Amino acid sequence: MRPADEMELAEAVRGAAAPFVIRGGGTRGIGRPAPGEVLETGGLSGVELYEPGALTLVARAGTPLAEVQAVLAGERQRLCFEPPDLRGLLGRTGEATLGGVAAANASGPRRVQSGAARDSLIGVRFVDGTGAVVKNGGRVMKNVTGYDLVKLMAGSHGTLGVLTEVAFRVQAIPEAEATLVGEGLGAEAALAALRRALGSPFDVSGAAFAGGRALVRVEGMAGSVAYRAGQLRALLGGWAIAEGAASAALWQAVRDVTALAGRQGALWRLSVVPTEAMTVPRALETAGIGHEAAWDWGGGLLWLLVPEGGADVVRAAVKGIGHATLVRGDLPGVPVFPPEPPEVAALTAGLRAKFDPKALFNRGLMG
Amino acid sequence: MQMPEPDARVIARKAEIVAGLRRLLPADAVIDDPAETRVYECDGLTAYRCPPLAAVLPRTTEEVAAVLRFCQGAGVPVVPRGSGTSLAGGAMPTADALILGLARMNAVLETDYENRFIRVQTGRTNLSVTGAVEADGFFYAPDPSSQLACAIAGNIGMNSGGAHCLKYGVTTNNLLGVTLVTMAGEVVTIGGPWSDAGGLDLLGVICGSEGQLGVVTEAWLRILPKPEGARPVLMGFGSSEDAGACVAAIIKSGILPVAIEFMDRPCIRATEDFCKAGYPDCEALLIVEVEGSPAEIDEQLVRIKDIAAAHEPVAIREAADEDEAKRIWLGRKSAFGAMGQMGDYMCLDGTIPVSELPRVLNRIGEMSRETGLMVANVFHAGDGNMHPLILFDANRPGDLERVEELGADILKLCVEVGGCLTGEHGVGIEKRDLMPVQFGPADLEAQMRVKDVFDPRWLMNPAKVFPLEASAGRRAG
Repeated sequence: MRPADEMELAEAVRGAAAPFVIRGGGTRGIGRPAPGEVLETGGLSGVELYEPGALTLVARAGTPLAEVQAVLAGERQRLCFEPPDLRGLLGRTGEATLGGVAAANASGPRRVQSGAARDSLIGVRFVDGTGAVVKNGGRVMKNVTGYDLVKLMAGSHGTLGVLTEVAFRVQAIPEAEATLVGEGLGAEAALAALRRALGSPFDVSGAAFAGGRALVRVEGMAGSVAYRAGQLRALLGGWAIAEGAASAALWQAVRDVTALAGRQGALWRLSVVPTEAMTVPRALETAGIGHEAAWDWGGGLLWLLVPEGGADVVRAAVKGIGHATLVRGDLPGVPVFPPEPPEVAALTAGLRAKFDPKALFNRGLMG
Repeated sequence: MQMPEPDARVIARKAEIVAGLRRLLPADAVIDDPAETRVYECDGLTAYRCPPLAAVLPRTTEEVAAVLRFCQGAGVPVVPRGSGTSLAGGAMPTADALILGLARMNAVLETDYENRFIRVQTGRTNLSVTGAVEADGFFYAPDPSSQLACAIAGNIGMNSGGAHCLKYGVTTNNLLGVTLVTMAGEVVTIGGPWSDAGGLDLLGVICGSEGQLGVVTEAWLRILPKPEGARPVLMGFGSSEDAGACVAAIIKSGILPVAIEFMDRPCIRATEDFCKAGYPDCEALLIVEVEGSPAEIDEQLVRIKDIAAAHEPVAIREAADEDEAKRIWLGRKSAFGAMGQMGDYMCLDGTIPVSELPRVLNRIGEMSRETGLMVANVFHAGDGNMHPLILFDANRPGDLERVEELGADILKLCVEVGGCLTGEHGVGIEKRDLMPVQFGPADLEAQMRVKDVFDPRWLMNPAKVFPLEASAGRRAG
């Protein structure tokens, strides 16, 4: 099913008895195949309002991300949370949609400075499981009017409703960027350096480590970037500096996790306390389980490729220091999303039952 | 302002309820003497008052859980209270409600600079969170004007902002996790010192839920390394419209100041009388603050002054040193106090798209003239969060009603141009009945369903946020 507008979608949901699988661009494909008819949002497309002077953009949820990015680039603006393009990593095709980015809370390297997709998302419209059209938030940055369902919808992977419209705050593209590159460092030393950079006053907008190379980024006005890159270089001990397009290319690779692309095996995405960035890889090593790792967010984001098994080790080791999502790979009996303690699971289940009482949306996903 | 009829059955059982609470808490933590509960009759919205049934001041999460479990069992409504600085009536009780004050829970539990977080008990004041880490070069970014007094618990409840959130975001963008006690007395940990939720973003909806989903007793907060320096520039303009247009131009240019504050003539004059900040005599002024090293600050200020030049500034004053910087901020920070000296005022909090600033300021001026009520504007212009202050005399019969009517009209205007009723103060009781201006029945229903899940009996701060008739069926249960 591919509704042409919000009203058609709402009617279809009101009359539905059988479940749907909600799909934007189908670029992520998280979770196991779920029962139900595919509900595509691609018919709900188009930028509805773009106000460069107010730094806000409102678009229908099925609008291709590429289209939005092109419109923003025309005014030298961007989505500051740097949504990743994981098609190469996950071996998928299709065109990511803006609604999909919101529903997945898909955030890239700049999360350490500018926040996640959920922090830039300022308004939503969605159709809930009863077929009601609900709006929340709006198109202004500061808004505490009523409960913040915008945050609740961000990262809900279509389990509470079908997004029909999303509003984002956007950001001017800074005039300059530079990246410090530390080569030949061990993981331990590299991650410590990233934390040092993030603890400095130099407004770091990226801190990653993959393939033996540590990266620290600064962005802003030209003079300021040169100054901060110099200060960080002194702090980190004479790393090389990449500027402009060369810097941007490095961060596109970090954002899209190309270090682990094109490989077989289970793929995990972990959010952890930065000083615990090595805990799970070390646990896998101790257990003799082969793996490869790539870090972003100063060690707070960890991508793990585990060719065989290891799920129980990953989930046990991450307990108390963060959470792990199985982004790709069919490991029988292993929950895709992090298992929640019973009291949290009860709240989650309660919300789903209220928003989608007939369990129409993405049944079986997210617990 | 209408509040629901208090439950006479609860009031009749006061002695028994207080005795029950005394069995759970140390003697000094339960307050029931009417002379002492008086202090809890209102918050920063002083126009509305009602002493509570009683008040408790627990010291631990376990005590909070015990109190809530007891109140759920006894059917007693609970109104959580941080420092009581809410301007929206968020902490105002009803006669049948227990005030649960967090003032005694103010400890720092953990500080971790390498992972850039602090964990605190939420009765701690906003400013003292920064106070705990600033010697080591860190700070907690959200900075509501009341930061000396307001508690983190209330900041989380209202998703508070402040002058510097243009760059650093509001509370929800700086909150990593909470310990929440539900009305059933269950202690739930949501989030932690890492980024983002693994499942549904419950933290996102708890923040800003105005104490209606549970009592947050502990929180993990993001702390940031302090910038090398900061410097404000003050720019005066010949009209509010010019100043508003200058704000939009700065925002569009891509420079990201940490703050852009706006004051109009009535406010400038009042502050000058009050604290002699030495502001220029002009129709409107902007205070723009930028951060970084001295050279970085210069680079940004040159650009900002270039932009301002196109909007015919009548005065530009840069801070040459720390002392001058303080004087520039002095007037802004004393603005509310200064207005208070002039009489009673009602402070609005609507947000509008920044591009609408000139038009809305102009329209507010017209409305002020039409009603004969003086309106002063002082607000966070960079993100469009307006704070029109309507001045009046509370002792003159009928004035409050006229002011409320004008306030409602201004907020409706904010919604009409694409904005919202409240940018950082919250809905509370103050804007509760205006909610239908911004939301349809399905929108409110979706929000109320969240409360149904966390607090099925609607005992926690029940008569707030939602129009009484919208929540009537739920509260009756």
